[in-house]
Amino acid sequence: MNPSLLIQIPFFPEQASNFAFEIDLFYLFLCALTAFFTVLIAAAAIYFLIRYRRRSQGEVPEQIEGHLKLEIAWTVIPFVISMFIFAWGAKLYYQMYTHPKDALEIFITGKQWMWRAQHPDGQREINELHVPLGRRVKLTMTSEDVIHAYYIPAFRTKTDVVPGRYTTSWFTPTKVGTYHLFCAEYCGTQHSGMIGKVTVMEYSDYQAWLRGVPREKSPAEAGQQLFTSLACSNCHVENNTGRGPSLQNLFGTDVKLANGATVKVDETYLRESILNPGAKVVAGYTNDMPTFQGLVTEEQVAMIIQYIKSIGPKQGAASTTAPSAASPAPAAQGVERPALPQAAKPAAPQGEQPKQD
Amino acid sequence: MASEEIIRSEGRKNYLNAATTVKSWLLTLDHKRIGLLYLFAISFFFAIGGIYAMLIRLELVTPEGDLLTPEFYNRIFTMHGVTMIFFFLIPSIPAVLGNFCLPLMLGAKDVAFPRLNLMSWYVFMIGGSMMLFTMISGGIDTGWTFYPPYSSIYSNSQVTIAGVSIFVTGFSSILTGLNFMVTIHTMRAPGLTWFRLPLFVWAQYATSLIMVLGTPVIAITVLALAFERTMQIGIFDPKLGGDPVLFQHMFWFYSHPAVYIMILPSMGVISELIATMTRKRIFGYNFVAFSSLAIAVFGFLVWGHHMFTTSQSMYTGMVFSLISYAVAIPSAIKTFNWTATIYKGSVSFDTPMIYALAFLGLFTVGGMTGLFLAALGLDIPLHDTYFVVAHFHYVMVGGQLIGFLGGLHYWWPKITGRMYSEFLGRISAIIIFIGFNLTFMPQFILGQMGMPRRYHAYPPEYQVLHVLSSAGASILAVGFILPVFYLAWSLIYGEKAGANPWRASGLEWQTPSPPPTENFTYQPVITHEPYEFEHVPEIKQDREAELQRA
Repeated sequence: MNPSLLIQIPFFPEQASNFAFEIDLFYLFLCALTAFFTVLIAAAAIYFLIRYRRRSQGEVPEQIEGHLKLEIAWTVIPFVISMFIFAWGAKLYYQMYTHPKDALEIFITGKQWMWRAQHPDGQREINELHVPLGRRVKLTMTSEDVIHAYYIPAFRTKTDVVPGRYTTSWFTPTKVGTYHLFCAEYCGTQHSGMIGKVTVMEYSDYQAWLRGVPREKSPAEAGQQLFTSLACSNCHVENNTGRGPSLQNLFGTDVKLANGATVKVDETYLRESILNPGAKVVAGYTNDMPTFQGLVTEEQVAMIIQYIKSIGPKQGAASTTAPSAASPAPAAQGVERPALPQAAKPAAPQGEQPKQD
Repeated sequence: MASEEIIRSEGRKNYLNAATTVKSWLLTLDHKRIGLLYLFAISFFFAIGGIYAMLIRLELVTPEGDLLTPEFYNRIFTMHGVTMIFFFLIPSIPAVLGNFCLPLMLGAKDVAFPRLNLMSWYVFMIGGSMMLFTMISGGIDTGWTFYPPYSSIYSNSQVTIAGVSIFVTGFSSILTGLNFMVTIHTMRAPGLTWFRLPLFVWAQYATSLIMVLGTPVIAITVLALAFERTMQIGIFDPKLGGDPVLFQHMFWFYSHPAVYIMILPSMGVISELIATMTRKRIFGYNFVAFSSLAIAVFGFLVWGHHMFTTSQSMYTGMVFSLISYAVAIPSAIKTFNWTATIYKGSVSFDTPMIYALAFLGLFTVGGMTGLFLAALGLDIPLHDTYFVVAHFHYVMVGGQLIGFLGGLHYWWPKITGRMYSEFLGRISAIIIFIGFNLTFMPQFILGQMGMPRRYHAYPPEYQVLHVLSSAGASILAVGFILPVFYLAWSLIYGEKAGANPWRASGLEWQTPSPPPTENFTYQPVITHEPYEFEHVPEIKQDREAELQRA
């Protein structure tokens, strides 16, 4: 599929992601369908109105009961058309919801009224997002207060950013430029000020940009520090000899719970266990852990999770495994944070979607 | 027989002049007077909601937020939504036209529970007064959707009292719905079988079903919100252990069906209007009647399509999308049947017909753009943009409000006994149609361009379309203000309407205008289906008069 087939049409945002072209095509198809049915009904109505206008005050037209075949026709035809629309919409949704495993992961926090982003190596930015052209980018998002929504019209992506849970979104930028970033879910007084810029850069420019931003500790390193300073390490020691289960080689695996159920260790489960430790206790342990609700910010929780990921199983790209991915990637680069390894392939082939048909 | 009875009862007391004291109005048990009480109340709220709308459109003429402060703007758009939805759209057709017409259409003296009916009005007024208090005491800034945790913890506006107001007003809906259902089941005149009912009655029945089954859920939801806000009981706020998305499920479980509370009665009105103005039986009566019920039932199963971006699971989204397309089909069936009704009819272009045609056009666009939003992948960029605002207004204003105005103009001679200026009636209907399209068509384009809703200030590239929209709103305002004057004028100077000015076939036209308090001075007996115009005595007289002239 060649996104440049659809040359910039007036009244559309730029097509700057892998989803944009097909979504616009779908939109235009529905516009044509709407125009067709509106004109059909209007033309029929206007013709009938003129042809059958009242000519004498005393006239009573011949009555028509109805027409079963017509009724069936205008039930079945709209039904078939609507099923086609459903299928196309569902296919796009499936693509948007199926996250690639090898994406560059950026962590987003929404807060009244600003957007914070943290790149895998620790670079942070506020109300801006810099992404490399042609790389798959996955956003993992949460909110510190109310519900927001991360909306990039040029990418045709929007995901609610909900306090108390992680939501994810992904895209491959396909066009260098600067685009709008909007908060789309009403979030209070300065809702319309919760906007920013998304900048798509050539990969080399992106690397240069990353080097130019004062590099703080990577989230995993910062998480490791928190892990010690919050005294997590007192109980969660290696080899299961402490009061809590070991967190080594844990991420992405299934664990048995005290109530007999099994849970997959993903970001959501780790987050819940930090903030509400009693919710899902691992089999063989009692809940001695205090809650860290209110003691850590969402960003700190995310750092701790990044640390736990970084000490996870080495198979697959541990720190880039999507939480919704069905199984860990069978084999891969074997480096700790391979989101942007030096050996990354050139832009073009990565622009394709991972699961295209 | 009926027409002789009407002639004999002309000049006798009617429901308007039977008693004239204020007390006789405030303690009336007459469904017709209660309908008028509702008309005054909702017109008042419509005027308030309209002023809010004008302020919004004025602010959005320029990209900078320069006319209103953000706090004020957020309150204005919230109260525009809350006022229009809960205090105008939901009660408008059922409580005004339904109350007035339903017993007349059934050949009954009144609704099944007249006292309960009066109580519904008082409950509505209590809820409405609380909403007025909310407005005066600082308003609310949560959006009409009240999403927590913003509404429960972060907003410093009058959320609790507004929630209680909606809770109270909901009971007015429930009681009215209950009353109408019992009335339709038990008060039909001899011979008036279910399939001889006018389609307006079918639509009212379907609406009542939703009111009775759906409204308790919103009552519970806003009450839970008020508990969380006042007592920190953790239901929705994750910091208190709650789930914010749970609120959205509960809210839309009512508020999506509520959209059908708003549109179904209007569909019923349009069926009456088109039948009378074309002198035709509604094409495919059974299909139109049952599609009302289908909408009422399926309407309860599609709430999740408001939440495609809210992190619900992908497969949940797919199921809700699929069912949403199922609910689109009955609306399509109705639209085709209305168009087919005009075929080989005897079309008159009186004001109600102009409204019916405006409805047909606007509802088609409103319904078709719903297909965009129910399409999963496409809803992702369009959700929470002006596309949604435009779609919603096409269905609610273009569908419901146009239907209400059409119905008001259609039954006005019956309600007041007077005719309004037909010329001004048609002109204002056309002004509304043009103004409406100019207001909301640009908003579809704004939405596709990515303009989010509920924005007080916006990037400059959206300005041209916003200016067009505001210009349209001022034309629309003229169209809404005109009827106030010519309808008021008609009360004193209007030509006497007579029992059946439109030569309609419905039972409500077989009694004088305005009707006597007891509706009929004889017991109507129904011997044929609705919309059989060869039985209308006035048409026969017209024909004889024409023959004589010839």
